[in-house]
This record gives sequence, C-alpha cells and structure tokens, in this order.
Amino acid sequence: MDDSMKMCSENVNFFYGRQQALKEINLNILPNKVTAIIGPSGCGKSTFIRLLNRMNELVPHTTLTGRIYLDGQDILMPCVDPVEIRRRVGMVFQKPNPFPKNIFENISYGLEVNSIRNKRFIEERVVESLKKAALWDEVKDRLYDSALNLSGGQQQRLCIARCLAVKPEVLLFDEPCASLDPISTRKVEELILELKKDYTIAIVTHNMQQAARVSDYTGFFLLGELIEFDKTEKIFKAPEDHRTEDYITGRFG
Amino acid sequence: MACLSWKRGRGPSSCRAQFLGEHMARVKEKLYEWIFAALAFSSLVFLIGIVWVLCKESLPIFSRVPLGSFLFGKFWYPTYCPPEFGILPLILSSVWVTLGAMVVCVPLGVGSALYLNEVANFRQRQILKPMIEILASIPSVVYGFFGVVLVTPFLQKVFSLPTGMTALNASFILGLMATPTVCSLAEDALSYVPRSFREASFAVGADRWQTLIKVVIPAAGSGISTAIILGMSRAIGETMTVLMVAGGAAVIPKTLLEPVRPMTAAIAAEMGEAPMGGDHYHALFAIAFILFIITFVFNIVAEIISRRFRIKLGISR
Ligand SMILES: Nc1ncnc2c1ncn2[C@@H]1O[C@H](COP(=O)(O)OP(=O)(O)O)[C@@H](O)[C@H]1O
Ligand SMILES: [Mg+2]
Repeated sequence: MDDSMKMCSENVNFFYGRQQALKEINLNILPNKVTAIIGPSGCGKSTFIRLLNRMNELVPHTTLTGRIYLDGQDILMPCVDPVEIRRRVGMVFQKPNPFPKNIFENISYGLEVNSIRNKRFIEERVVESLKKAALWDEVKDRLYDSALNLSGGQQQRLCIARCLAVKPEVLLFDEPCASLDPISTRKVEELILELKKDYTIAIVTHNMQQAARVSDYTGFFLLGELIEFDKTEKIFKAPEDHRTEDYITGRFG
Repeated sequence: MACLSWKRGRGPSSCRAQFLGEHMARVKEKLYEWIFAALAFSSLVFLIGIVWVLCKESLPIFSRVPLGSFLFGKFWYPTYCPPEFGILPLILSSVWVTLGAMVVCVPLGVGSALYLNEVANFRQRQILKPMIEILASIPSVVYGFFGVVLVTPFLQKVFSLPTGMTALNASFILGLMATPTVCSLAEDALSYVPRSFREASFAVGADRWQTLIKVVIPAAGSGISTAIILGMSRAIGETMTVLMVAGGAAVIPKTLLEPVRPMTAAIAAEMGEAPMGGDHYHALFAIAFILFIITFVFNIVAEIISRRFRIKLGISR
C-alpha cells in the first residue's frame, strides 16, 4: 500500500454463498483520476465496486477476505463504521434511483441523515450540488416537483448531485449510462471528466468506448479475476494479455 | 396456414381432415374462454344480486322511519310497542369497537411487518410468517370463546365492572383478529419498496434506522394505509366475536368499559326473532345495507390508495 493511492484492494476474494465472484483482486485507485473497470457481464465488476463502499454487506450470506484501504486505512476492520465509509465513498447506480420525493428533498436527504440541520446551509449545498451535477439550469424552477417526473438522464444527474451533497472523496459509478440515451450519456461523461478535478472516480462500464473516453486507468475483469490493469491508453493500444486484446477487439463478450 | 401440410406432399383429403381438426381446436379454445369468462363474471352477478336483495328488503323500513331518524335516532327498541328504530347506538358501538381494535392491530400488525421485513433473518421469517397466517385461519368463534373465558373475567376483575363483556373486550379480540390482515398486507407493501431506494439511502451514509424511517416507510406509506383500512374493514364486519364478547347492550356507549351492540351483532342476534317481512326485519336489512356500504367504501378507498402507491413506486399492475 503506497501513499499515492486513494483506494486500494489487496488480495480480495469474495463469495456469494459458496460461489466465488472475485479472485485475488489487487487494484489501485489513484486520486483525482478516473479508473474504469471493464469486462463482460457477470465477471464481477459490480461486485468489486460495491465492496469499495461496503455496500455488499447488505447482501446476506457473503464472505469477503483480503483488505481494502481508503487513504491507508483498512476499511474492513471491525472498528470501522460502514456508514462513515459510505459517506466518504459515494455511489451512483446503474438504474437512476431517485427517491419518490421532490428534487430538493432528494438532495437534502444525505445532509439530513448526517445530522445537518441548518436550513441556509442545506439550501446552499443543494444549489451547489445541482450546479456541480450540471442539472441546476434544468430544474431551478421546479425544485419542489417530484424527482420522478425528470427524464432518465436528468434523474441520473440528480443521483450524482445527491451523492455530491455529502461531499464524498471518492465517487463510484456502476454503469451509470446503461439505461440512458446517447445524449444523456454524453452529458454524464462530460460531467465525470469535470468531477475528476475534485474527486477520485471509479466507473464500471461494459461500453469500451466509454472507458476509453473518460478513464485514465482501466482494469479488465474476466470471470472474477483482474486480468490486466494499466493506463487506459496502454490497455486499448497495446494490451499485455491476449484475453484483454480479444475483449477489446470484440472477439468475445 | 391450415394447408401447410399439403405442400409437404400429402393428399388433399388429409388437408381437409386437418382443417376440420384445427377448426375443432379453435371451437374448443373459444369454449374454454367462455367457461372461464362465465366463472369470472359470476362474482359480479352475485354482487349485483346481493345489492339488489339488500335494497329490496331494506327499503320498506324507510316508509315507516325517515332515513335521518333511522340513522341518528338514539333508541333501538325494535320489539317495543310502539317500536323505535334508531340505529345510532349500534353505529357508535361499531365505531368504538373498530377504533379500539385499530389501537391494538395497527401497532401489532405494522410492527410485526416491519420486524419481518427489516430485522428478521431468513429463519425467523420462516417461523413467524406461517404463525401469523395460522392466526388468520383460526375461526372467529374460537376467538370469541377466548374472549369469553379469559378476557371477560380479567377485565371484570381489573376494572371491577359488573360485566367484563364490554367494548374494550371486543376491541381487544377484534384487534388480534385483524392483526394478521394488517401484518401481511403491510409486509407486502414494505417488500414492494424497491431495493434501489434502500441502496440509494445507504450510499449517502444513512444508517438502517434512518433508511427505514425516512425512505422505506414513506415509500410504503400508502400501502400500509391500505393494510390498515382493510384491517378496519375486517374488524367492522366481524360478527361472531362481537356477538359473544361485546355485551350486547343497544345503548350509546360512553366509555369502552360498557357493554355495546355493534351493527353486526344486532343483525345476527335479532334476525332469528324478527318476524319475516315485518318492520324489524326490514330495519335489520337496512343495517346490513349500511354495513355493506361502509365496507364497500373502505375497500374502494383502499384500492385507490394502493393504486397510487403502485404508480408512485413504478410498479405498474
Ligand atoms: N446478490 C447476489 N447473489 C448471488 N450471486 C450474485 C449476486 N450478485 C451477483 N452475483 C453473481 O456474481 C457474479 C458477478 O456478478 P456482478 O458483479 O453483478 O457482475 P457484473 O457487474 O460484472 O455484470 C455473477 O455470476 C452473478 O451471478
Ligand atoms: Mg453489473
């Protein structure tokens, strides 16, 4: 574990019941960089990224071995509060999942549950988050409308804003564009590139062009193993492993 | 289509046979469709039949007693001379007993639904769910018996009452009876809340308790209201138990510690002695009709709320 890493996984194995979903994963996530995780579906991408904010603990009958560090601290230690980790490591999901509440409440929610009561402060933070998520102009006149009336792409940016409101350090994206149209996808990608300045980002995608467009580093997963991890350019131009090459060139998956 | 086989080189006669066969198959299919449609619509026929009978049999009383004094009359003396047909005591008895039952079954039912859905592990759920379902399958006369034998003397002693057969007793027993209904419907509502809502909440650093209070319960709120309304509808329509434990006094109750005669109990107790076709008889039908309207409205409201609930959660059904 070296100091230049934001997050880092060390010999991580993960099981759903008896079924092993991840095998000996060692992967580093560098600060203020976008790390993409690619691979065919079912290879464990979501499983891996959900370990980084201890989200998989909510799934019963799972086993995890190995270590995961955040700023050098092992977040799997029993003394670490998963709630605190999830506040520091935000997550945006595959399907936009706004709460059935209004736009304002969707974003202020994260502040409320973290015991922030000051109304002025909450309002400012909501506006700031919406602006950062490039959604402010579209919703500023209807902050009190139901979030469910937004389009899919807007909903996804709302979910990003909701994450940003609690000022996490790391943002995890699990196929954030899987259910979006190309234009919304472009917007979310631009947003990710913008957010990179302030946050450390990990993004799961099965869209290789997307990985190439937004990421600095790429890890290729196959059947629960990390086959190759390198600079994105290197992975796409000159992969070491023939399986990576096969996948990138579309020979399978 | 019917003659496809002909092209494969069989004779025209076999083609005709096949055509006939397919025709028969289609007739058969239609026939099944009709049978099932008839079965499905028969419940509608019964509903209309019941409403019609209720109407027909209850209308004559209103030529004797105006609707206003029937509903709001304070005295129910159907066998006196001259008789009085004011059902306010019966309505209020029903209302008191039902509200009392709600006080019991809402915390019990919703609480156990929350426990089952949010706290219990797989094994606990596997034991508890069937037990709650068994609670629902116990005949109401058994509940009544339980009320007579256990609750009645208990209340009599604790509150030093002349009789333990009171509105409180009926409330308690009815509450127990409605608990499984409330519990299983509320549990359904909670389980309809998509996992993605919980995940979203956890992902911004909410704990389990906050997620439950601020996301899951509001999201399931209208589903839970539906559960409560249907529980009420169950309690207000229950007959045998209240007949056995409510005490049966047709006076306007001042406290829950008095004997009462809810509408269902009045009908059940008096139908046998009311001469057929007489005023009393028609009055009892009118009570039944009102009861029907009340539960009907409850069910409609529950349906409307639960439909909204599904739309809100994006469950289109
Ligand atoms: N909740 C779960 N319970 C059991 N098995 C699961 C669960 N989630 C995922 N898996 C299994 O783990 C493997 C990896 O899944 P996942 O991480 O979702 O893959 P990906 O995101 O790369 O498509 C798959 O074989 C999948 O069937
Ligand atoms: Mg996935």
